[in-house]
Amino acid sequence: MSSLDDLYKEIILDHYRSPRNQGELAPPAHRCEGFNALCGDEIIVYVSLIDEKVEDIKIGGQGCSISQASASMMTEIIKGKSVTEAEEIIHAFKEMMDIYESELSGKEAENSTSAIDLGDLEALQGVVKYPVRIKCATLAWNTLTQSIDEIQGLDN
Amino acid sequence: MSLDVGKIKEDFPVLQRNINGKPLIYLDSANTSQKPASVMDAMEDYYRKFNANVHRGSYQLANEATAILEGARDNVRSFINANSRKEVVFTKNATEAMNLISNTWGRENLSSGDAIVLTELEHHANIVPWQMLAAEKGFEIRWIKIDDNGHLDLSDFDQLIDGAKLLSFAAMSNVLGTFTPVQGLTERAHELGLVVHADASQYTPHSDTDVQALGIDFLTFTGHKLLGPMGIGVLWGKENLLDSMPPFLGGGEMILNVTKEGFSTNELPWKFEAGTPMVAEAAGLGAAIDYLSNIGMNEIRNHEIELTDYALGKLTSEFGETISIFGPKDANERGGVISFTFDGAHPHDISQVLDEENICIRAGHHCAKPLMQVLNVGATSRVSMYLYNDESDIDALVAGLHKVRNLFIP
Repeated sequence: MSSLDDLYKEIILDHYRSPRNQGELAPPAHRCEGFNALCGDEIIVYVSLIDEKVEDIKIGGQGCSISQASASMMTEIIKGKSVTEAEEIIHAFKEMMDIYESELSGKEAENSTSAIDLGDLEALQGVVKYPVRIKCATLAWNTLTQSIDEIQGLDN
Repeated sequence: MSLDVGKIKEDFPVLQRNINGKPLIYLDSANTSQKPASVMDAMEDYYRKFNANVHRGSYQLANEATAILEGARDNVRSFINANSRKEVVFTKNATEAMNLISNTWGRENLSSGDAIVLTELEHHANIVPWQMLAAEKGFEIRWIKIDDNGHLDLSDFDQLIDGAKLLSFAAMSNVLGTFTPVQGLTERAHELGLVVHADASQYTPHSDTDVQALGIDFLTFTGHKLLGPMGIGVLWGKENLLDSMPPFLGGGEMILNVTKEGFSTNELPWKFEAGTPMVAEAAGLGAAIDYLSNIGMNEIRNHEIELTDYALGKLTSEFGETISIFGPKDANERGGVISFTFDGAHPHDISQVLDEENICIRAGHHCAKPLMQVLNVGATSRVSMYLYNDESDIDALVAGLHKVRNLFIP
């Protein structure tokens, strides 16, 4: 398998071509923008939190296959989760994307401290070999983190 | 082809490089150009044989180093046909040259109620320094729009420049390749009393630059896009204007005298060159100019017109409706820079797939986000050519783009 096939797995291309949960959520849903300064990509994450649960999540903006697929998969796994669960998933995903962590621990997820099953998201592991693209993969996730922080800040 | 590109390629060591058994196809010269061996030799020569601080030592080595720096200045002077070597100021890059203008001429001449005029084609380097100063001084920034072909829309030009103090624009767009009508704009702006700056970062490497014929007041460009090293740029300004401006950075070299009470500034051009300058880089820049001059700027321009025409034709015939090419359609009206988007594949992904074939092109906003907004895209792919590119590079690009299409468009 060429390294390109490793990066552009079929599941990633599928999410890119048919992104899930695309669109907007009206207020009071929270809206948060994220930018990738390198390539000008922009993502907008809409989150509706009810009773500490991600009731709904939508993605707007535009970006490359990696950022769009990552965002799409993120919405699928995050939707319906509690904030605590969401934070655990974010942590597990970022750990997978961390080039130094993955070098230290080999590529095996079993070394990971968290036992979270990332499902389709595991397909994004190939991105780690392309350090420049890690920012693409993590853009939606960083924006979601910021979103949750902002919502919790508002509540306090 | 009017140039012997095969022979030219041999002068560029990095173009001999194979990665994973494939040759390097370098199509990102608008970003930075590759360097001929003569540029590297000049820089190495300086450090091996002549290194000493300039304008300071009284020994032979220091005199030789000074002669290298000032010789490079003379090279630049004749390359852009400046009236005097006093008008040629070395900076770190074009960005610093533009910041120099905004911080000295701008700070002295612009205040609340004033206006300056930029264009939608500008690189961030010709936007942000003015925005920074405008935030402080409260003057207005007006914008010349572009039309659908990427040319400046000059229908309301007189209105836009009326009452403005500065017109500052790219002589060639780094995204669309558009050549702007420097002389025409300058003539009219001068009639209305504006000072005119041309950002020639893309223009000077690819086109004969004659500051006196262009008629502008300031010209800025960078060395690394014209076969020279990174770390040296040029501000050219009319002597009387440079004379009237306060210094930029303070320190050694830029002073005539310093007392506890104050200082007096050195004469031009050193008044704007505080601190130890980039002598090796100047040597490299001088060698780059020699290299370009030997081949001839008009020959280079003609070569790029031919190659751009070939590339535009090839991209259009191979990809038809699925490719959108921005900017002027006629290769005579643009430099060798082609920005495009491709249906179904993001610029970042296109570069990634092309990289697998060792084809280097740029993806992104090209430091021109306002222009991206006007074009209504987040990013584009950009192919940019120079004297060391030929049809084989374009053919490789086209083959690579077919691979992109096969991957992303099922």
